[in-house]
Amino acid sequence: MSSEDTGSDAGRDGRERPPKHGLAGPEPDERPHPKGRRNAQGIRIDPEVEAQHEPRRAVFSALVEDEPGVLSRIAGLISRRQFNIESLTVGPTTVEGHSRITMVVEETEPDIDQIGKQLGKLKPVITVGELDADAVRTELVLLKVEGSEPDKVHAITDMYDGQTLDAGAETITVQLTGDEQEIDDAIDAFRQFGIIEIARTGYTALARGNQATAPGEKPGTADEPTRPTNTQ
Amino acid sequence: MSKQARTPEEEADPESEVDPGAAAEFTPATTGSESVIHALENAGVEAAFGVQGGAIMPVYDALYHSDIRHVTMAHEQGAAHAADAFGVVRNEPGVCLATSGPGATNLVTGIADANMDSDGMLALTGQVPSDMVGSDAFQETDTTGVTAPLTKHNYFADDPDSVGDTVGEALALAGEGRPGPTLVDLPKDITLGETDTEPGPAEPPETTRPQYVADEANVEVAADVIESADRPLLLFGGGVIKADATDEARSFARELGIPVVTTMPGIGSFPEDDDLCLSWAGMHGTGYANMAITHTDLLIAVGTRFDDRLTGGVDTFAPEAEVIHVDIDPAEISKNVYADYPLIGDAGTVLDQLDGAIDEAPDADEWREQCGTWKDEYPMDYATPDDEPLKPQFVVEVLDEATADDTIVTTGVGQHQMWASQYWTYTEPRTWVSSHGLGTMGYGLPAAIGARIAADDDQEVVCIDGDGSFLMTIQSLSVAVREELDITVAVLNNEYIGMVRQWQDAFFEGRRMAAEYNWCPEFDMLAEAFGARGWRVDDYDEVTDTVAEALAYDGPSVIDFHIDPAENVYPMVPSGGANGKFALTEDQL
Repeated sequence: MSSEDTGSDAGRDGRERPPKHGLAGPEPDERPHPKGRRNAQGIRIDPEVEAQHEPRRAVFSALVEDEPGVLSRIAGLISRRQFNIESLTVGPTTVEGHSRITMVVEETEPDIDQIGKQLGKLKPVITVGELDADAVRTELVLLKVEGSEPDKVHAITDMYDGQTLDAGAETITVQLTGDEQEIDDAIDAFRQFGIIEIARTGYTALARGNQATAPGEKPGTADEPTRPTNTQ
Repeated sequence: MSKQARTPEEEADPESEVDPGAAAEFTPATTGSESVIHALENAGVEAAFGVQGGAIMPVYDALYHSDIRHVTMAHEQGAAHAADAFGVVRNEPGVCLATSGPGATNLVTGIADANMDSDGMLALTGQVPSDMVGSDAFQETDTTGVTAPLTKHNYFADDPDSVGDTVGEALALAGEGRPGPTLVDLPKDITLGETDTEPGPAEPPETTRPQYVADEANVEVAADVIESADRPLLLFGGGVIKADATDEARSFARELGIPVVTTMPGIGSFPEDDDLCLSWAGMHGTGYANMAITHTDLLIAVGTRFDDRLTGGVDTFAPEAEVIHVDIDPAEISKNVYADYPLIGDAGTVLDQLDGAIDEAPDADEWREQCGTWKDEYPMDYATPDDEPLKPQFVVEVLDEATADDTIVTTGVGQHQMWASQYWTYTEPRTWVSSHGLGTMGYGLPAAIGARIAADDDQEVVCIDGDGSFLMTIQSLSVAVREELDITVAVLNNEYIGMVRQWQDAFFEGRRMAAEYNWCPEFDMLAEAFGARGWRVDDYDEVTDTVAEALAYDGPSVIDFHIDPAENVYPMVPSGGANGKFALTEDQL
């Protein structure tokens, strides 16, 4: 409809009324509008300080109550909020009924912040935090390769401080540990033999030295927090 | 529940929850079910909404001897919405019950609705016996699996001795901090199972305790920023009402002379007839609220999650403003809009902290004047030509004028909801009961039932509904008749699923696919068939008298207002658009 045929109309009470369908007032383009903008993360764009939010890798460690469905709650949260998860490991801790989950994600800074906060809201999550870059971290891989050149396979396994777990006429299975780069290098080195299968665990990690792995933990004691300390 | 939970210390006295009068006729629990009901009674639950069914029968059997008022609903979705609305009006978690399988899945929409609006609610669902779980038994559904993404937490009860404590914990969790729905799935062998254990005091889990008091250093910084702001604007969200912080919010705004915009769930946190109030902002918010958001240099947001229907495109949202964000949920900080000054804590507590830290009100005379100018420039007004069908806005205004300030309005979702929020002047918290985040058509009527039971007897409850929404949960009318509930339903009937029709006309070149509802029944006659009173109104002259008659009738009544089918909702910020560029007519979209 054009503005002509929606002109003002006297109402039942004789008052001047707006168009039949719609409201009166300056049109959108007649209104002043600030030049400022926000970026996709809702941060005001300031050329001086605006940070580029490139995805980066973050390792989270969480202490959780070992109750049924805890893994599915965490996996469900990650998937429904569309966070990009690289690996997740889980195992018992020094306290009965607690598990430690180590999770590697690749996300932008604001999303990494969200992952930690959203995980922290889950009832079975006792405490969760991102590990520092210097945290001790390692991954385990099982490699099954063709067994036609056992001597060479053993030599490469030794070179990467690995162990042979199974050796037969057809296949050899070795175990290697290390950081992601070491594992990647080793896998490349084993390709010459023909890799049949690979199983990788993804990172598991602990904070270095006396630092707490997850907020509120007390390194050097067997105690673990049963509730998080308030942090802001 | 959250209003009592201002500080962790204050909630440490569970004794105060126990009704001393109940001790005389107290019979110890002998089954899991009785323990469940005792847990509800201990927590002071007065009403529950539900539908019977095989797996929940033991719980209902235990309700037989309880003083809890059970409202038998006609459909589980209605039970969830009624419990939700009961909780909104009482500011404590509402309780709903359903059986396993379809009973539980029918609750899901209502649970999701409560989750999106942070409404405290406890859902109790029956489940097949433990040893049959996983066998695809009759009426078996993985209820905890289905509802995990929609609840704060859910529980699968596995022991008659602890099931009462589990229910108590779930109820306490639902109301703690940022409220939300919780669910306890109750296998039949657990509820039938013998126990001699009474549930203890209901406490939320150790791992979920929120922070109530904001970091004092951060408060000081935020206070300085407020003092020096030129164009400060308060944005009150639903969290202000849920935190029972409307008194603090009102005195904060008035003492400092800061204009107020609310979100839709925040309607009622600040009186809309106050000079400082610019009503609510967002897609169909007032032009002046959206202008204020667009031009503020300091947005003080309290208890809001910056939903996309509020912000429009984030890139153009409050583009000049620094943001102070007060919220009890740390995960809302910088989730959608970056918070320059985050203050994590309870809304009332943090507003008091801020108030104490501010020495001088900001110098905002010019800004207040500017906001007043926008009110004059973009009035919420409408034409009422006699030769055209009834305007819905007129109906809403007549209803508002005919009722007291504390009248509770419930709505469905769509055009009628927008008119009900735009043309009714809300002045009190918990008088606006609607479905915001999930946008659940059909919320209005069952919500009116829950609100009626929660409200004071002298409070009116009006459901402003659309023809499409009304049809979705119309079976609830039988409940209102049976329970003799005094509610007035005003159907703004345009024989369209109107908001869709509006969008089709604006964005789909008028192809009104599946939006015409000209097969609607005669709602006035249908109401009479249900045993309610019914009227049909087509003309302006009949509106006021019919409204008076319906309000005076002590029972459920339905007025079918046949309104102008061409009427659209304005202002409108197109999806993802800039708030300040709201359209006033269709050709501006």
